[in-house]
Amino acid sequence: MTSIAKPPVRHPGLQRNALGFTVRDYEGAMSTLCAGCGHDSVTAALVQSFWELSLPPHRAAKMSGIGCSSKTTAYFMKQSHGFNSVHGRMPSVTSGASAANRDLTYIGISGDGDSLSIGLGQLSHAIRRNVRMLYVIDNNGVYGLTKGQFSASADIGSTSKKGEANMQQPIDPVLLALSLGATFVARSFSGDKAQLVPILKAGLSHNGLALIDVISPCVTFNDHEGSTKSYKFTREHEVEISAADFVPLRREITAPDTDSEVSVVAMHDGSTVRFRKTADSYDPTDREQAYAHVRACQLRHEVATGLLFIDESGQDMHAMAKTTTQPLVDLPFADLCPGNAALQSLMEQYR
Amino acid sequence: MSGINDFAFKMATVNGTGSASANSLLMQAIFRMGIPVTGKNIFPSNIQGLPTFYEVRVSKDGYTARPQHVDLVVALNPSTYAKDVATVRPGGYLVYDSSWPLESELEREGITIIGIPFGQMCVDTFIGDRDRTLLRNIVYAGALAALLEIDMDIIGQMLIEKFSKKKKLLESNNTAIRLGYDYAKQHFACPLPFHLEKMDATGDSILIDGNTAAGLGAVYAGATVGAWYPITPSTSLMEAFRGFCERFRVEPDTGLHKYCIIQAEDELAAAGIVIGAGWAGARAFTNTSGPGISLMQEFIGLAYYTEIPAVFYDVQRTGPATGMPTRTQQCDLMSLAYASHGDTKHIVLFPCSPEECFYIGTTAFDLAERFQTPVFVASDLDIGMNDWMCKRLVWDDSYQPDRGKVLDATELEQVKKFSRYLDVDGDGIAARTLPGVHPNGAYFVRGSGHDKHGAYTEDSDAYQEVVDRLTRKFATAATVVPAPEFHMQPDAHVAIVSLGSCHTAVLEAIDRLRDQGIVANYMRIKAFPFNSSVREFIDAHDAVFVVEQNRDAQLRSLLAIETGVPRDNMTPVLDYGGMPLTANVVVTAVANHFAEVSA
Ligand SMILES: Cc1ncc(C[n+]2csc(CCOP(=O)(O)OP(=O)(O)O)c2C)c(N)n1
Ligand code: SF4
Repeated sequence: MTSIAKPPVRHPGLQRNALGFTVRDYEGAMSTLCAGCGHDSVTAALVQSFWELSLPPHRAAKMSGIGCSSKTTAYFMKQSHGFNSVHGRMPSVTSGASAANRDLTYIGISGDGDSLSIGLGQLSHAIRRNVRMLYVIDNNGVYGLTKGQFSASADIGSTSKKGEANMQQPIDPVLLALSLGATFVARSFSGDKAQLVPILKAGLSHNGLALIDVISPCVTFNDHEGSTKSYKFTREHEVEISAADFVPLRREITAPDTDSEVSVVAMHDGSTVRFRKTADSYDPTDREQAYAHVRACQLRHEVATGLLFIDESGQDMHAMAKTTTQPLVDLPFADLCPGNAALQSLMEQYR
Repeated sequence: MSGINDFAFKMATVNGTGSASANSLLMQAIFRMGIPVTGKNIFPSNIQGLPTFYEVRVSKDGYTARPQHVDLVVALNPSTYAKDVATVRPGGYLVYDSSWPLESELEREGITIIGIPFGQMCVDTFIGDRDRTLLRNIVYAGALAALLEIDMDIIGQMLIEKFSKKKKLLESNNTAIRLGYDYAKQHFACPLPFHLEKMDATGDSILIDGNTAAGLGAVYAGATVGAWYPITPSTSLMEAFRGFCERFRVEPDTGLHKYCIIQAEDELAAAGIVIGAGWAGARAFTNTSGPGISLMQEFIGLAYYTEIPAVFYDVQRTGPATGMPTRTQQCDLMSLAYASHGDTKHIVLFPCSPEECFYIGTTAFDLAERFQTPVFVASDLDIGMNDWMCKRLVWDDSYQPDRGKVLDATELEQVKKFSRYLDVDGDGIAARTLPGVHPNGAYFVRGSGHDKHGAYTEDSDAYQEVVDRLTRKFATAATVVPAPEFHMQPDAHVAIVSLGSCHTAVLEAIDRLRDQGIVANYMRIKAFPFNSSVREFIDAHDAVFVVEQNRDAQLRSLLAIETGVPRDNMTPVLDYGGMPLTANVVVTAVANHFAEVSA
């Protein structure tokens, strides 16, 4: 999470969450990313979110593909299992892990290269499958780890560090997710922790795949004039659609729901997401409106951020597959093997 | 020459006309008469309209390989008449649909042509095109019952079983069977010189195809996650798994499933799902064929290096490329043994029959978990999609899955800092932990260079220590995987090595070679890596023939690479046209070799 090693001693006064853990307990190995890389800020926001939600680290699984962004799973929650899979294929590995053990909290971290080029198919199908997971795309418009090639999210006309302009249409993960029927779609900015943390928290409680596209500038290859994924550009062009608060179930709801400027969406687990000051009466449960809003911003060269769409009524992968509520890994063998008597009666069909 | 309970016949029909059920009815009726029988479905890669063949071999001696010659052909596809007439052995018979008289140039000296107006009879008896087409198959089944003396009571009983809930269909099928039977009886001398007589040689056997048996085996082995992408000839494996799960693994009160089957978007994803599930602790598998294996290579390397259990059923078809999807081969041996980039080696199992496909399920999952590695089951189209006569399957209720070295919560409580890749026991196998079990068990899976603790490294020594342990692990596997099966004869002077579906043809060839004075010992390889007895067997013989179904002698290459036996010490016997192996191929190759040597 940071490139500077911190001393192992903990300040005794650090605040503890419901599990008795301090924020430090949610940190991971020392980051090896470039100083100032947006991905490190996303990591910090994840640490904050997990800590605030009091999620037990060892019940979470951090999944990723390959890329600078995918490395970041090592930089938070060292007491969680982590899985750096292969380039673009984190969604399938997570689908399988979730099929086997539905009780873990899955966090997938990917890059725009990882998810929108080599992994576009897997991302799309994980959305269709509605795997219950938080899916973070650290979107910097370039391939960081292979040193600066354009990724599929680079905007037309944006330039590389060497000045070359991108000519191809970008793939916008948010529009893609909306059109594929994703049940939770958000966009945020690594430099806007105040917005990012509640969205991450809401995503972690979502009953299905929560896709969060985070503009996360690559300071080394894509933070220059002419980039549309730089800190400067994003700060200047960010349009927050509404501020979302995530209110976990166990915390008392303080603001009255009758506040006319607050709309409340109940999450599957009983938590709530509250949207404040919904500009132009934006309805976060209206897929068409979300799509139109993102498109309109895009045409104005603006970056639409916030929790753009949420639908808590969808069925996740396990509901569609009718899997038992008990994780498959916990089923005793005796429950799975029908035994010889059943086999013998079955054999009569093959005579 | 063919005789009682010892002959073969073949149906030549058009794909999509519903002949499959009539053909399996015939084969099963013979089986129920207690006579050993084999059926090979030779079908095209399309849905409707192309030629399809079904070969039935009846063998009182229990030979179940593909027949060498055909005594009788039922020719119902005019587009293949010329070929069909040519395939009948001299002195044999051709049955054809005389509603449309055979052109004279198709007549052949030395065979008897029997015309039966199947089409016309159907038009006269049944209403509607669909019935007329479908029931024509049952009419020829009836005619064959008369010509070959198949027990009509058994056929009647089978129709009752099949149509117990569809009375109308039962009636029309009974009528159709009778039409064919009576016509043949009235017009020809029935039965033919070669025909059937009830025996008691099928005992407790069953008729089952390999994919069904493998799907059932996966259920019994306790597999809970199956992921796949459709491909011939492996598709029916997952379908069977699904069917058996629906039967055995649905909670009666809630309707919820104790399994999860994911039809993936492609084979890459299927492999990823299986690896994710294996990492999380489930027994997981995928089924595919050569092209799918090609796509899975990257993930296979990941699973090998990160040491994650996963089972891959490869139902081989002909290659390269898309090849002939509905034809059989054993052409993926090399690509399975060394699948993926970098230095990789994998456990591969070679079932020789549906029966073994069932039992190999437990072996494959046990080995995958014990060695924490991908395990391949190399089946093929012939085993996978054809019905074979097998011993009735039995299950040992005392079986407990071998989960390998997995630290549980209690053990982890004692562990201060878990290191993922430590070889504590000297067998090359490190202990693993499952996610979510205990905070002390957390570690990071990475396909990038890692040391024995699992930490990222680019240090030569630390990297090498891990990959050298993997070699050690593989060496341990060689002592644990199923040993070869030996068929030794006291006076043998040559040796045959083979594997998989070649088995029955090789056994038959050995008997026939003996009649010619060539006595062969036989070793059937059941697994890769090779057990030490493999080399010992080869070394002990001067003339060694390696029988396999691919062009490049892949098994022979593997044997040469892995055992050090010089390639030239092994004579390849290769058959790669896509058809199931016949004993003839082996007999001819071996006999010719000796004829050449002595010439
Ligand atoms: C099959 C395969 N092809 C190519 C690569 C090389 N590669 C590693 S990371 C990467 C791009 C990563 O870009 P992105 O996902 O945007 O992550 P970033 O580094 O920008 O965070 C590529 C092409 C690989 N590891 N595997
Ligand atoms: S190259 Fe870019 S993406 Fe990678 S660590 Fe450096 S700043 Fe971050």
